[in-house]
Amino acid sequence: MKGHDPIPDHSTRELIKSRERRSLLMFGITLGLMIAGVVVSVFLAACFGRMNIPDAAVFQVILSRLGPYQASDLDPSWMVVVFDIRLSRICLSALVGLALAVAGAAFQGILRNPLADPFTIGVSTGAAFGASAAIFIGLGADQVFGLGLLPLAALGGALAALFTVVALARVEGRLRRDTMVLAGIVVSTFLSALISLLKALDEESVSSIVFWVMGSFQGRGWIHVAFALPYTLVGLALVLAYARELDLLSLGDTQAGQLGVDVNRVRMRILLGASLLTAAAVSVSGVIGFVGLVVPHLVRMTIGAEHRPLLILSGLLGMMALIWSDVIARVVLPGGEELPVGVVTALLGGPFFCMLLKGKKEAVSLD
Amino acid sequence: MIETASLHCGYGDHEVLRGISLEVRSGEMTGILGPNGSGKTTLLLALAGVIPVRSGTIRLAGRNIRGQRPRWIARHVASVPQRSDVSFPFKCLSLVLMGRYPYVDGWGRYSARDLDAAVDAMEETRTSHLAHRLIREVSGGEAQTVTIARALAQETEILLLDEATSNLDVARKIEVFDLFAEKNRAGATLLCVMHDLNLAALYCKRLVFLKEGRVALDGPTVEIFNDRNLSEIYGTQIRVSAHPVTGAPQAHFVPRGNCAPTDRASSESVSGGGKC
Repeated sequence: MKGHDPIPDHSTRELIKSRERRSLLMFGITLGLMIAGVVVSVFLAACFGRMNIPDAAVFQVILSRLGPYQASDLDPSWMVVVFDIRLSRICLSALVGLALAVAGAAFQGILRNPLADPFTIGVSTGAAFGASAAIFIGLGADQVFGLGLLPLAALGGALAALFTVVALARVEGRLRRDTMVLAGIVVSTFLSALISLLKALDEESVSSIVFWVMGSFQGRGWIHVAFALPYTLVGLALVLAYARELDLLSLGDTQAGQLGVDVNRVRMRILLGASLLTAAAVSVSGVIGFVGLVVPHLVRMTIGAEHRPLLILSGLLGMMALIWSDVIARVVLPGGEELPVGVVTALLGGPFFCMLLKGKKEAVSLD
Repeated sequence: MIETASLHCGYGDHEVLRGISLEVRSGEMTGILGPNGSGKTTLLLALAGVIPVRSGTIRLAGRNIRGQRPRWIARHVASVPQRSDVSFPFKCLSLVLMGRYPYVDGWGRYSARDLDAAVDAMEETRTSHLAHRLIREVSGGEAQTVTIARALAQETEILLLDEATSNLDVARKIEVFDLFAEKNRAGATLLCVMHDLNLAALYCKRLVFLKEGRVALDGPTVEIFNDRNLSEIYGTQIRVSAHPVTGAPQAHFVPRGNCAPTDRASSESVSGGGKC
């Protein structure tokens, strides 16, 4: 603008461009490390379990099932335990971690609220209620048929909760983010009460409902992975397709609109994608808290707020977070009993989140 | 080119714009003035297509904006909001790059051309040293200048400024408006909502006064910026005199009752021997 700029123009430009190239390289390296971290986590997590199987044998079993590697002298029961019980459960927890973390990042961006996640806006509780209602009317009774319908009921509950919250939050034709969080709390409190009511009315399936509310991977297998996978992939595709729009929407509707985003349409699609991810996760594992809240927060603090890298790295970190939370849930109790994984994530994530909240408050008061 | 014809807009039961007909030709730099609640911001939002038109029409670049895609509008009109709250740790460069959203491909990727446009805009506004700082870590004035850079990066024919410089210090204010004037000489059409009457009179050749959602006054600054019009619109006594350097009309507010507590001699010399 004026001639007294201390730095010559071309060098500033080169500096900016080289820093951009460097941050792209850093993202590439981080991405590679995180993918490696997920793979290593899968193998290591498979070594933990009630049955005492040598680590080398665990790796041999996994490799023999994955590729042409032939393991000769392995105990057939090891094959079943490692592959069908442990590995399926690890893959499921990775899938759920991915879905919850990406959904959390998406909800946070769209609500412009770093503290929002599938629970704050009632989608998780909606899914859990859908499942509980299905159990109550007897859909969960049949082992094969019920398994197919329960997650669908969870999906229906999630979407119903989402649209209720959206309808409640729509003031004069516009969605307001603060009203939406408030509406989410109202809806999820109400649905939690309804779940408790169902629990009281139908004492026989209390344990089944507790499973939905606390979240667990106990007794889950490949069939659950197969059910959750397509929903997760569709939800992931929807959210990732609008990653750039999420950046702009996190500035608010008005500015996003001024910058050319078709606000109402894009927002509904992102909300749908994120709900699909939540429903897929809740339908196979129940309500698992804090993953969708803490994981995106950590990633954002490290690499910044741009949603393209944020969503991808949050997904990978979410996978690792839930794989290891489930390992803790499996082995932490001395008697061989299992904790619901939702207890582990809440115990780990709760204090951590308080720390974030505290730090955030201080930062705000300094402004 | 901006044309509105009996434009009505509002929120809920509250109708803010009540029949605005306005024509702004390409290359004009027009100030939009008026008391609080007169509909200035609403007018800019309607022109940017972010609030719906209730009745009447808005035409940009010869086309009715009803039914146009938001991206099309954003390639023709850039807006600088009064203030911009960013809840997340974005880099300043990322925010400026968002001005390139109307041009991104289907994958949402910014091209080398987009990066160049963003860096150009940051250099023009002298914010390029902030490129890799987080928006939360820069001052309010710097953040506002980054928002201005974002609008320039949009490379649009029309710029809508809503109190774009109200939280900048005086030197930055003049610097930024010099830049706007330069853009205007290069062919840009600017519509500036302003509270600062004198800044408006200094830079805008045409002024539009809104009052209660209608155009109260519209014309060349030198003709309409006078004691009588200003006093009537703002409902307080205002005197106008020429700017000592540029000769542009400048408004002076007259306190009710007594004069400012200066000694009588200097007070008389300032008011030119007037009644006060």
